[in-house]
Amino acid sequence: MNAADLAKKLREKFGDVISEPTEYRGEVSVKLADAERIAEVLSFAKNDLGFDYLLDVTGLDNYGSDPRWTLLYHLHSVAHGKHLRVKTDVSEEKSELPTVSGVWRTADWHEREIYDMMGIRFRGHPDLRRILMWDGYPYFPLRKDFPLAGKSSDVSEVGFTNPAPMAGGPFVTIAGGKDALSREPRVRIPETDSVGLNARVERRNDVKEAHGENFGPGPIEKK
Amino acid sequence: MAATQDIQFKDPVIRTAEVAGELRDMQGEKMVLNLGPSHPATHGVLRIVLELDGEIITKATPDVGYLHRGDEKIAENMTYTQFIPYTDRLDYLAPLANNVAYALSVEKLLNIHDKLPPRCQYIRVICCELARISSHLLGLGAFGLDLGAITVFLLTFTEREKIYNLAESLTGARFTTSYTRIGGVSRDTPPGWCDAVRKFLNEVVINIAEMETLLTRNRIWVDRTRDIGVISRAEAIDFGLSGPNLRASGVDHDLRRDEPYLCYKDLQFEVPIGSVGDCYDRYLVRMEEMRQSVRLIHQCLDKIPGGFENKTKEPVCVNDGKLVLPSKDKVMTSMEELIHQFILVTQGMNVPPGEVYFGHENPKGELGFYINSKGGGTPFRLKIRSPSFCNLSILSHTLPGHMLSDITAILGSLDFVMGECDR
Repeated sequence: MNAADLAKKLREKFGDVISEPTEYRGEVSVKLADAERIAEVLSFAKNDLGFDYLLDVTGLDNYGSDPRWTLLYHLHSVAHGKHLRVKTDVSEEKSELPTVSGVWRTADWHEREIYDMMGIRFRGHPDLRRILMWDGYPYFPLRKDFPLAGKSSDVSEVGFTNPAPMAGGPFVTIAGGKDALSREPRVRIPETDSVGLNARVERRNDVKEAHGENFGPGPIEKK
Repeated sequence: MAATQDIQFKDPVIRTAEVAGELRDMQGEKMVLNLGPSHPATHGVLRIVLELDGEIITKATPDVGYLHRGDEKIAENMTYTQFIPYTDRLDYLAPLANNVAYALSVEKLLNIHDKLPPRCQYIRVICCELARISSHLLGLGAFGLDLGAITVFLLTFTEREKIYNLAESLTGARFTTSYTRIGGVSRDTPPGWCDAVRKFLNEVVINIAEMETLLTRNRIWVDRTRDIGVISRAEAIDFGLSGPNLRASGVDHDLRRDEPYLCYKDLQFEVPIGSVGDCYDRYLVRMEEMRQSVRLIHQCLDKIPGGFENKTKEPVCVNDGKLVLPSKDKVMTSMEELIHQFILVTQGMNVPPGEVYFGHENPKGELGFYINSKGGGTPFRLKIRSPSFCNLSILSHTLPGHMLSDITAILGSLDFVMGECDR
């Protein structure tokens, strides 16, 4: 029995909540319409379809469209060797769905990571703390509206962050010049998207002032 | 604080004391011990908060993330080729294998993973297996060092040095190799390289045998590893362990054999599996995997298309100007190649929209890349399924019930690397 047949069995059991299986590059995916039933569906997949191994749980940020979050569960079976991907959507207002750490204990850390990076909460999780960032860090770094250079944060006696300076090449840092956010053209800050051009022109002027020419890099000589 | 009587004792010494009614002697002051993040036995920056009753561990809380660099965020902001150097820094003890894993994932998305030139496939397999030997040598060397077997550490590091020399002459870098390209490898093997690999293989088997005589029947080694850190088959699967740690627990699962990629289906090798799942089994499995890797590389060298010096000029990259950078002289003289070069460097290759997951049998376990593409030159989302992250999640389950001195054995035998765990 191949993965598509197993996905059809899932559909037979749960009906229209499970979408028709789709196949891309030999990988079978199904979509679960109701995220609240994820633990029930995956526990059936584990116990009755033999998907005993949870490879990975991934969160996707579809920034700007609704629903904002997509959760992907990569199932595998050590017994019969098939793969299945189960997806489910969660809206931004809700940002919550049931945990599957009761089905596989490996999901514990994967869900903590998603909570840490994207801010999606897992109801019933035994220990939903941040895992890679430190406790008290105020942002969710893998969200699409979090800039690449980072944001400043300060939790007293625990840790702090500053936006990363981008040194070298076209991103050469100039003392007293614009900060990394306005110099880095790849950084997207939704509130300031419209002034992007002005920021770039200002940056060009900074470079010209410091180096005496339109583009760096090079040592800044004192005048 | 967890009470000692609720803990299931796992260390044979504690169990013997329990039967003899001498458990009281081992218990004592209850305390919280902070191990790491900078401690030689934690092999990097792992921190474990331990609750102890005398010498018996009653609770362990691992704390990871000290080496988090946001690789997944970085990947969303650069082209597929630009991300290759970042994969070196995942499992920095086996960069060649990471390069291959990442390249294969993108190639699966591009649907060219089964159209790679044969010579490229053989070179990549040699690289993966060299990385496996290198990673296991370090893992076992550090494992031995932590338990007091310093000679083994010296032996393994002497051999690893030779692998670094081979990597340097192949890629130009000893450590951060960045050897693969999407659709091939960055360059063909240099003259004499294959002979050097053959010479290395003949030397390394002698040293593996030497390690074996130093450890396998060594009384101290066996006492400190046997029945310590036992992970049952069901636990290993439940916690998502992979690679040698999963196989040591008796699960016969190896992606090279079960879902063959590259030219593994043309090669013969055995998959060693353990019977108990303790530290000793994990040591034995790694030992045997190194021998199997030697066997695999010998077969690759026998069969490599074009021979050692590639006299027949077999290609090492796919012949597609929209994926692979053209040669420098072509860029300077031909308009079409110049355009391709410009597009590849400024925008990256045009990857079709879609999503793939590719799992690669890395030395530490299954390194998987999930790539979600909306088309164009950069991934929309790139998720790294790192084996060390999953392997470490079992610590809070396995450590309680052991003695404090067992931690070095258990951590050494799990053979994790924090660069990959924290990404």
